[in-house]
Amino acid sequence: MYRYIPNTREDQEKMLSAIGAGSVAELFSDIPEDIRLDRDLDLPDAMHEQELVSHMKAIASENVNTADHPCFLGAGVYDHFIPSVVGHVISRSEFYTSYTPYQPEISQGTLQAIFEYQTMICRLTGMDVSNASMYDGATAVAEAALMAVRSTGREKVLVSRGVHPQYREVLRTYAVHAGIGIAEVGLSGGMTDLDGLRDALSGEAGVAAVILQSPNFFGVIEDMEAATALAHEYGALTVACVDPVSLAILQPPGEYGADIAAGEGQPLGNPLNYGGPHFGFLAAKQKLVRKMPGRIVGQTTDSEGRRGFVLTLQAREQHIRREKAVSNICSNQALNALAATVYLSVMGKQGLKQVAELCLSKSHYAYSKLLATGRFEKVCDAPFFREFAVRSVDEPVETINRRLRDRGMIGGLALERYYPEMKNCWLVAVTEKRTRQEIDAFVEAAAGGGR
Amino acid sequence: MEIYEGMKFTKEHEWAREEGGKVYIGISDYAQNALGDIVYVELPETGKKVKAGDPISVVESVKTASDIYSPVSGTVSGVNEALADSPELLNEDPYENYIAVIDPDDLSELEDLMDEEEYREFCSREE
Amino acid sequence: MAKLIFEMSKPGRTAYSLPRCDVETCGSDVLIPEKYRRKKDAELPEVSETDVIRHFTELSRMNHGVDTGFYPLGSCTMKYNPKVNEDIAGMDGFRAVHPLQDDETAQGCIRILYEMDRMLSEITGMDRFSLQPAAGAHGELAGLLVIRAYHAHRGDTGRNKIIVPDSAHGTNPASAAMAGFEIIEVKSDERGGVDLEELKAAVGPDTAGLMLTNPNTLGLFDENIKEIADIVHDAGGLLYYDGANANAIIGVCRPGDMGFDVVHLNLHKTFSTPHGGGGPGSGPVGVKKELEPFLPVPLAEYDGKQYRLDYDRPLSIGRVRSFYGNFGVILRAYAYIRTMGPDGLRKVAENAVLNANYLMHRLKGHFDLPYDRTCMHEFVLSYGRHKETGVRTLDIAKMLLDYGFHPPTVYFPLIVSEALMIEPTETESLETLDLFADTLISIADEAERDPEKVRTAPHRAYTSRLDEVRAARNPVLVYVDEDTAE
Repeated sequence: MYRYIPNTREDQEKMLSAIGAGSVAELFSDIPEDIRLDRDLDLPDAMHEQELVSHMKAIASENVNTADHPCFLGAGVYDHFIPSVVGHVISRSEFYTSYTPYQPEISQGTLQAIFEYQTMICRLTGMDVSNASMYDGATAVAEAALMAVRSTGREKVLVSRGVHPQYREVLRTYAVHAGIGIAEVGLSGGMTDLDGLRDALSGEAGVAAVILQSPNFFGVIEDMEAATALAHEYGALTVACVDPVSLAILQPPGEYGADIAAGEGQPLGNPLNYGGPHFGFLAAKQKLVRKMPGRIVGQTTDSEGRRGFVLTLQAREQHIRREKAVSNICSNQALNALAATVYLSVMGKQGLKQVAELCLSKSHYAYSKLLATGRFEKVCDAPFFREFAVRSVDEPVETINRRLRDRGMIGGLALERYYPEMKNCWLVAVTEKRTRQEIDAFVEAAAGGGR
Repeated sequence: MEIYEGMKFTKEHEWAREEGGKVYIGISDYAQNALGDIVYVELPETGKKVKAGDPISVVESVKTASDIYSPVSGTVSGVNEALADSPELLNEDPYENYIAVIDPDDLSELEDLMDEEEYREFCSREE
Repeated sequence: MAKLIFEMSKPGRTAYSLPRCDVETCGSDVLIPEKYRRKKDAELPEVSETDVIRHFTELSRMNHGVDTGFYPLGSCTMKYNPKVNEDIAGMDGFRAVHPLQDDETAQGCIRILYEMDRMLSEITGMDRFSLQPAAGAHGELAGLLVIRAYHAHRGDTGRNKIIVPDSAHGTNPASAAMAGFEIIEVKSDERGGVDLEELKAAVGPDTAGLMLTNPNTLGLFDENIKEIADIVHDAGGLLYYDGANANAIIGVCRPGDMGFDVVHLNLHKTFSTPHGGGGPGSGPVGVKKELEPFLPVPLAEYDGKQYRLDYDRPLSIGRVRSFYGNFGVILRAYAYIRTMGPDGLRKVAENAVLNANYLMHRLKGHFDLPYDRTCMHEFVLSYGRHKETGVRTLDIAKMLLDYGFHPPTVYFPLIVSEALMIEPTETESLETLDLFADTLISIADEAERDPEKVRTAPHRAYTSRLDEVRAARNPVLVYVDEDTAE
């Protein structure tokens, strides 16, 4: 017997006799004999619950985890503090065992939460409309580019090299096969080279979108206002890839005129999860709403005039428009977006600003301490948020990271992996979770002190 | 609602009618009925060149969306702006409310379409 | 009606607890130039921790989930979501691992990816799996790009069409269009399978492949699958298996043995991971040997001692997502497979099919059954009496809400009018199936006796019927209160 299958032998016999079938095997008679599996699957035998838990604990112990090891690694996924409340809410099984709210009358919980989520994302980004979530930051940016192509009728996209390298890879996968040209805009001092952007815009006829990230991959705050103005001058849309925590203190995309805001939502109450599940957010100006992919929730009334919520503008979507849909997305990352909604409710107007200020202060503290050791030098001399790049004067980053690991810490990213020209460059993230003591120990170990 | 004298119909349930050398295009009563409550009409851009059979507009209800094809070749010379705010006009009186106006290259393309009687019969076979 | 969290907000209330700043440094007013700073605070709610918990608890109670009651949503496989899998996904050794840690420090995670690749390959009869796609539709996109890359690599560049049956899920044609293909639709025959003559006429030197769900969305196994595979392969095309309905065949037969070249699975359907109110899902994509070089990067490898992520795959279509997929979902599915084992997985399919046939048998005298033959894990009914009673399938679905059931999928597949697509899954008992059947039959009777009551349902749900037309005509997509209105 299996605990997830309630049918007893007696039940099965009763059902078979009602159907008029002699055996369960008979129900599979449409499957041609020669393609039926005549053996058991070659898989490990079933485990009882206690055995399973021990097995999984053993595998989990093969990982170094950030709960036990202070983490200075970021690069798109950040070790922020998650209030206990978040886990409690998303563990309510009325939320996590439901599906897409196709029947609004018994899905008001999910629908209202998404409506609150859309409102929060719009308030953070300064945009008019938001969808209910995308798979992650990378696919949100790629879909934003497709949106821009659809609404401008143009087929080229410019993307800054300051955008997360993996996002650019995903963008290429999505765009190239759809016949969309991608060109990259270079960097200057860790920031997007705006002269280069102008050259690219004037050189390339018919650019649909310019994609910049701020803070960019190096943590540097880009001049989004100038880049947006430039894009608009050439009739291109601006896609701003932004960090949601930074938006508590940084100018929102809506204010500098971006047409689409997209990004990774993980920093809002979602665990690292070895890269997923997280969620992407996608918000835009009102005029683009019918070009947006994914679920969108709207307010309406029931037959007695009471407020309620439904999935709306569905004629954009695959289940109605099939090959003419704006995207193929069906399942999204609703539960992760719910976690973000709870997180933002907990943090609120003041708390999120404090998180952002703490990240800012602590990362600047770590930065100046590292430089003061004389073992590191500046890479980008520009304002940054939460994350920064430094160059080690004489040691490969791998050596430094190994030393940190020996002392129970998780070091930063070796930038050379994505930017071959950035030898010995190290990308370090410092969230509000890192204490002064941890940062001091980190700096000491990084500088090789006590060798 | 009244069907105009000389109104022509397509197999996709659009109507077309000539007035002053221009061709007005809309959807038939059968079409609006099949779609149900219309919630949005995507209007074409004026000045756009179209060939007969090209999609020029999309009419959406809550659960479906239907492409509207131009029955004639030519240039879009006008759209019914009232539909932007009041798409339900297509439900209320589909023959009074056009979607777009085309400056046709060749008016004789209209002759290939069904007249009212042929269209009625066509619809009765669709049922 | 619940208040919105914004309507509960009161300046000065807090629900957060953050450390004080323990480093001497300046604030954003000094560290960030003014032109980059936010001028006006984002209007997030200001509420207490009690407010947050009460609010979201209230919302949760307005939801129906698998844990609340029967959820026979066709093609969605709303089976029970094992609790121990949630505990496992919550272990710090998994949830608190950063995706860019060195492979040496993430051996457990890579091991899960590697073993899942091996197990899913065995289950489907494929050679290699990428776990990167985040959902079924995402797996379709990845699989179709693999097909595209395969043909292109062979210099076979004229293959720009994907064939899709008219019974297919909407994601199939949408994914094919996103991958840059043209779509050819083929009709179903009178038994609900692919019309072979239509298929023969559709294939040619421009055929990149055929996408097929088997059993299909009518819940019927296409018994001509071998012929279908031959027709497509002989024309030089490849076969894509949409695994949305894999719950019917797991351990009984395998797409790889049917002739499929590419497969995606929905871990959130067949492998019991929760649907999360719309996600996260996971849509791993598997391929036969010849297509392996084109899978997304990276893939997990094992040399007998160490697990590692392999990025050196020059023919790969590239990434379809950051990192390695929805790892937390993959982990739950891994735990499920280890719990069930080979015998358990076969029993999943057997009982899913038995439950569906039993329920179909109970209901078929009361509703139309357009394809009256043995079904697999789901079946499609049609409410044919709507012309007499004025009651539509949608009304019947809404009436079910009053009895605590989630309705079946309605108005799909598109080839059946007034369709009800019912998938009970193997995790439901005979008693639940009987209660559901009795209820649905009584609603059909009620539609004759008191059609008005059914047309105005639900009467006992959290809200009465919601006005979707109003929502779409005048979209209100965010909350605007007077205080924050510009």
